[in-house]
Amino acid sequence: MIDKIFFNLTRFSALLILVIVAWIFVVLFNHSLEAMRTFGLDFITQDEWAPNLDKFGAYAAILGSVISTTLAMLLAVPIAIGVAIFLSEIAHDKVKSFFGISVELLAAIPSVIYGMWGLFYFVPILRDIFGGMGIGLLAAGIVLAIMILPFMAAVTRDAMNTTPDILKESAYALGGTQWDVIKDVIIPYAKAGIIGSLILALGRAIGETMAVTFVMGNVHHVPGSILDPTTSIPVTLANEFTEADSSLYFSSLFGLALTLLVMSFVVIAIAKFYFLRKARRA
Amino acid sequence: MTAVQKRIFINKLALIFSTLSAIIALAFLFWILGVLVMKGMSALNWNIFIYEGAPPGYMESGLKHALVGQLILVGLATGIGVPLGILAGTYLSEYGKNSRLAHTIRDISDIMMSAPSIVIGAFVYAVIVMPMGHFSAWAGAIALAIIMIPIILRTTDDMLQLVPGTLREAAFALGAPKYKVIKDVVYRGAKAGILTGVLLGIARVGGETAPLLFTSFNDNFFTTDLNAAMPSLTVTIFNYAISPYEDWQQLGWAAAFILSMFILGLNILGRVILFAGKRK
Repeated sequence: MIDKIFFNLTRFSALLILVIVAWIFVVLFNHSLEAMRTFGLDFITQDEWAPNLDKFGAYAAILGSVISTTLAMLLAVPIAIGVAIFLSEIAHDKVKSFFGISVELLAAIPSVIYGMWGLFYFVPILRDIFGGMGIGLLAAGIVLAIMILPFMAAVTRDAMNTTPDILKESAYALGGTQWDVIKDVIIPYAKAGIIGSLILALGRAIGETMAVTFVMGNVHHVPGSILDPTTSIPVTLANEFTEADSSLYFSSLFGLALTLLVMSFVVIAIAKFYFLRKARRA
Repeated sequence: MTAVQKRIFINKLALIFSTLSAIIALAFLFWILGVLVMKGMSALNWNIFIYEGAPPGYMESGLKHALVGQLILVGLATGIGVPLGILAGTYLSEYGKNSRLAHTIRDISDIMMSAPSIVIGAFVYAVIVMPMGHFSAWAGAIALAIIMIPIILRTTDDMLQLVPGTLREAAFALGAPKYKVIKDVVYRGAKAGILTGVLLGIARVGGETAPLLFTSFNDNFFTTDLNAAMPSLTVTIFNYAISPYEDWQQLGWAAAFILSMFILGLNILGRVILFAGKRK
């Protein structure tokens, strides 16, 4: 009797996860229907976002999300791979554990603090170098890159560490230099795992809100350069959700949330089910 | 340059690049940590714990409202998320095992773990705040719990699977029903691991701002009413930091420092428990 109750209780909790995820999609979809009906495809191809005229085009926000995450990836990927190589192949054990603790420290810092640091310390530097406001896609890309760097470096290192020592040793025995071993043994062996880890970090970066909200500017315009203020999907949601006054406005914001959820779901699913599963099987 | 010299040169270049990137990464990280500690320490004083929020310019302004609100929100989220997460993890490890359903749940929950937290906030807004007509602490806590469940589920599932099957068989052989085996043998064996998972889960949601922006919203005054908007440290940091007032920004740094220490403490505690559990 109790056995059955306990079993059903655990099964109910487990199924609840599926229900919540499905429910999230359904709710976001239902609430964005009005915007989809009104604007159709214009919702993602138009960049005019004018609440006073009841016109909502998400192009600028989507573009802002894509460009800021791309910038962050361009900056973070080479450094993360460098750090991963340093940690798995070069550093001594003491340096490794010191670095490990530092990464833990950084993982403990909430993203809102990265954004705050970006606004008060990094934006003024950008302003001095490039002129203008300092806030915009470049600032967002850099802050985002710094934020995902520890996670990215850690998972890339883990992927590299799966290379069996015996493979590396045979390459050294053939007279390979450290770089030869890295480039011709470790990277080909751990390729799927490394790519999967990088994409997983990308998935996290797309949905990151607080780190970029401070430094993006929230201006609904396709920017002329990466130094101009613009917006992204999470930034728009964070700034405007509590201000929306018409049902079409709300519906458009839910449309943005749905777009963001689908984007990150697809990216994370590709990382998990294609690359990381392949890496585990290899 | 001979071929060998060239290879050695390229090797050196690659190693220098790699070490340099490690130094760059560390430099940024210490810059941020340094700013956080310096700014936070200089803004800390007893007033912060005694007074609640005040308009800018008042000497007697503090963070009591946000500290208490944060504890209430995270506490409620823990109360909702931890039991559900542990039970769901138990199902996966003890009943579902390698079935199709169990694998689907694991996959979906893994994706949820990295899903944008602001979208969860929008969802909770639609299903709780809109029908109720006002922001509430409950809505914020539920949003945090939804983020917490996949983390707890994952660690519980992993940790329960580490308990050897022979232990379960021994208990079954004594005639114990399954729930007793799980409660008295499996849970007991995986206690340290589950506790670590719970602490890491709390640490993760403790730093979330985005899902609270439009669920528990914010309030500049002390409140314990769960049916009204509730201040939290994270949203307070956000509001104070983007305000143009120097003293609010100072309070924002103090809040940032307190929050980081709290989360760091949970992380360290979690690891210590796991380490002590392993050594036994």
